[in-house]
Amino acid sequence: MTFLTYLISGLALGSVYAIIALGYTMVYGIAKMLNFAHGDIIMAGGYVAFYAFSKFGLPSYLCIILSIAVSTIIGVIIERLAYKPLRQASSLSVLITAIGVSYFLQNAAQLMFGSDTKIFPAMLTEGSLKMFNGQLTISYLTIITIVTCIIIMVGLTAFINKTKIGKAMRACAEDKGAAQLMGINVDTTISVTFAIGSGLAAIAAVLLCSTYPSLSPTLGSMPGIKAFTAAVFGGIGSIPGALLGGMLLGVIENLTKAYISTQLSDAIVFTVLIIVLLIKPTGLLGKKENVKV
Amino acid sequence: MNPVLEVKNLGIDFGGLTAVNNLDMEIYPNEIVGLIGPNGAGKTTVFNMLTKVYNPTRGQMYLDGTDIEKMNTVEVNKAGVARTFQNIRLFSKLSVIDNVKVGMNNHFEYSLFDMIFHTRKRNENERLIEEKALDLLKIFNLHELKDVEASALPYGAQRRLEIARALATNPKVLLLDEPAAGMNPQETEDLMNTIRFVRDQFNIAILLIEHDMSLVMNICERIYVLNYGTLLAKGSPDDIKNDEKVVKAYLGD
Amino acid sequence: MKNIFKNLFSKKNLSRTISFLMVTLAYILIEVMMNTVGMSRLFKSLLVPTCCYIILALSLNLVVGISGELSLGHAGFMAIGAFTAVIVSGLTLTTVTNDILRLIISVAAGSIVAGIFGFIISVPVLKLSGDYLAIVTLAFGQIIKSLITNIYLGIDSKGLQMSFVTNTLNLEGGKMLLSGPMGATDTAKISNFTSGFVMILITLFVIYSMINSKYGRAIMSARDNRIAAESIGISITRTKTLAFVVSSILAGMAGALYALNYSTLQPAKFDFNTSILALVYVVFGGLGNINGTIISTTILYILPELLRSLQDYRMLIYAIVLIVVMQLTNSAKVKNYLEKLNKKFFRKGAAE
Repeated sequence: MTFLTYLISGLALGSVYAIIALGYTMVYGIAKMLNFAHGDIIMAGGYVAFYAFSKFGLPSYLCIILSIAVSTIIGVIIERLAYKPLRQASSLSVLITAIGVSYFLQNAAQLMFGSDTKIFPAMLTEGSLKMFNGQLTISYLTIITIVTCIIIMVGLTAFINKTKIGKAMRACAEDKGAAQLMGINVDTTISVTFAIGSGLAAIAAVLLCSTYPSLSPTLGSMPGIKAFTAAVFGGIGSIPGALLGGMLLGVIENLTKAYISTQLSDAIVFTVLIIVLLIKPTGLLGKKENVKV
Repeated sequence: MNPVLEVKNLGIDFGGLTAVNNLDMEIYPNEIVGLIGPNGAGKTTVFNMLTKVYNPTRGQMYLDGTDIEKMNTVEVNKAGVARTFQNIRLFSKLSVIDNVKVGMNNHFEYSLFDMIFHTRKRNENERLIEEKALDLLKIFNLHELKDVEASALPYGAQRRLEIARALATNPKVLLLDEPAAGMNPQETEDLMNTIRFVRDQFNIAILLIEHDMSLVMNICERIYVLNYGTLLAKGSPDDIKNDEKVVKAYLGD
Repeated sequence: MKNIFKNLFSKKNLSRTISFLMVTLAYILIEVMMNTVGMSRLFKSLLVPTCCYIILALSLNLVVGISGELSLGHAGFMAIGAFTAVIVSGLTLTTVTNDILRLIISVAAGSIVAGIFGFIISVPVLKLSGDYLAIVTLAFGQIIKSLITNIYLGIDSKGLQMSFVTNTLNLEGGKMLLSGPMGATDTAKISNFTSGFVMILITLFVIYSMINSKYGRAIMSARDNRIAAESIGISITRTKTLAFVVSSILAGMAGALYALNYSTLQPAKFDFNTSILALVYVVFGGLGNINGTIISTTILYILPELLRSLQDYRMLIYAIVLIVVMQLTNSAKVKNYLEKLNKKFFRKGAAE
């Protein structure tokens, strides 16, 4: 039974990773860039929800909507100001810019909100579900997290496959030049991608902070790196890959913490990643690219 | 005389599609041979198999009697096959002379120890490399541009540099993939002379893919014609010119 | 004599000459300043770390700029070099009493061990390419940091003792060399600015020897065009391994120098941010550009320290500098303007 508990909380953690990984994977798929500032959008989303709830006493659903709205706006502004002028630049220049944006967000947050750790309120739900005569306890938060992740996955897949803008996104991911010639507005498409990724980051932020209720300016870095790893794990650019990678990462991390060692969990997670990449060099669900000679 | 390069029943499939099939080919020492055919006939694919960029699905390949089928690209070059590429592949950030020098890497040995401590062995080898590289550049009239970054060269010069680089590896067989593409008639004329000169000077066999028929008919001693991945005809330029099947393949029905 | 001079300033060797001149002049200038007008404590404390980061950035430039592979875990090799040096220096504290000799031994050990790890890691890393290679280097960096954080190593009359994850050592007298997350404590400070300067010279010497050799050309050819390099008989794995190993040796040297400059050092120092910082130095200096790397590292390392008076705003300013410089260096308008300026300048020069 304890194994099941760890497994389920691992799935919840994995759900958060998966939601964040979606942001990485979509942006990578379309703009071919590693958006290192993505983790810090989570942090921004966390602070917005925190202040909306604790200082202004807004109801939870409004806090979440506000958090999503602000994160989305920040994401789009970053894309427009910092990344868009670098469309033609080398990927390393873009990477450094993303690092700069990441530093900027962290330090701006530190100036605005202070560097102290804030306790994130239980804005979603409290209590838990007891099963098998109390042998298995699952918090409602865990259930909400996993369900949210599944809804997002289903919704996003439908969005990508069914809507016009979703098809435009797939076209841009395939070939930006050709997409442009077909009358697709590439800039708008990329902006929409950033908007969706950032909005999802806000949802992840609320879920993450509710599970681990401490909020600081560097909150986003480690989950950011982990989620990025998850994205690569599943095959970067692939949406089901992000789900699979995130879930696996969360489960592995939780189980190693429970059964092997808390201190070594990071080392083990990254070792598994390396092994996976050696067996499947483009991730679990990644596509192989052919070079024409 | 034994062929320097011999290919038997060579074929490759991509997925379900057969790109090249049943190809037999012999290249004799000191020969210039043309490989022609309509677009998509599989000419470059043949080059890619010969240099093991692609793995043939079936067939045998021998260089001087040695089986090169099991080798990788690097080993095939060491065995004596060098090539150029249809879409030029130079080391764009390296200088012109360094592009040629790197081709000689397997022929001049000195250790990392020699490298760090600038031993006499290293200096002597580097001097020889420099000398030989300059000689090669002179043949292709590139010596005055030796310190220019390769990407800054005009198109025609880039094509010539690629040939020089391939020659630097001391090949027995040189594969040229559309060497005259994008050149004007004067440049093409010069190139033809250079190719002949190279063949005589280095005593090598040359197999070339080319769309410029005047060039092919002019310098090739024998020609292979590919169509839809299979051999359509082979023979002297005159045979090929008068071959009905070839004319039909090029002009359509 | 004239020939040597001409050779030093020829187009091919100019960059090398400038590197050595620049570094030596900076060293002399700083030494003279220290011995005459004096120097603030803060500035003095920055000297050795600056040397370390220059070496680290140069070593990373070998992988990113010259070999063309993105590494996001270079701080890991620095960490290996650092803690190996600390251990060796601690072990030889009583046997090798001459500080300079002990420094040399420790740094050499740190470099070699980092090089060995570099080789072991390069085997899986170089099977991948592009962003996947980058993420695996990131992963290795994290693993190395995480492992060192869990090592407890001590020495007493019974010899060397080690435990993993939890500290189970029961030392009779003796001393701890590594204490898990606390890292090294009570290290003898034996590195100084002069040793830093010498190690920069060694690094430059190694890198320039490499670039101007068959090995360097092979590495750069594999960077510029993989398929073409293979077609002329260059083994990609072999050349990339060479670049990776030499780079990790140099990074290990940087770490060793760094560690022996402080009495305490925590493994957390060598985290992802340090790897990224080194990458920022390299990109700012220009990929493959050695002088650029030296200058950008010096400026970017010292800049936040000089901004200390601005306190909370300094990292914010740093971030803005990063973003703005990237925008400017990639802007077509700025490039055109610079080109015009260049032409103007040269035309003037020609007219005179």
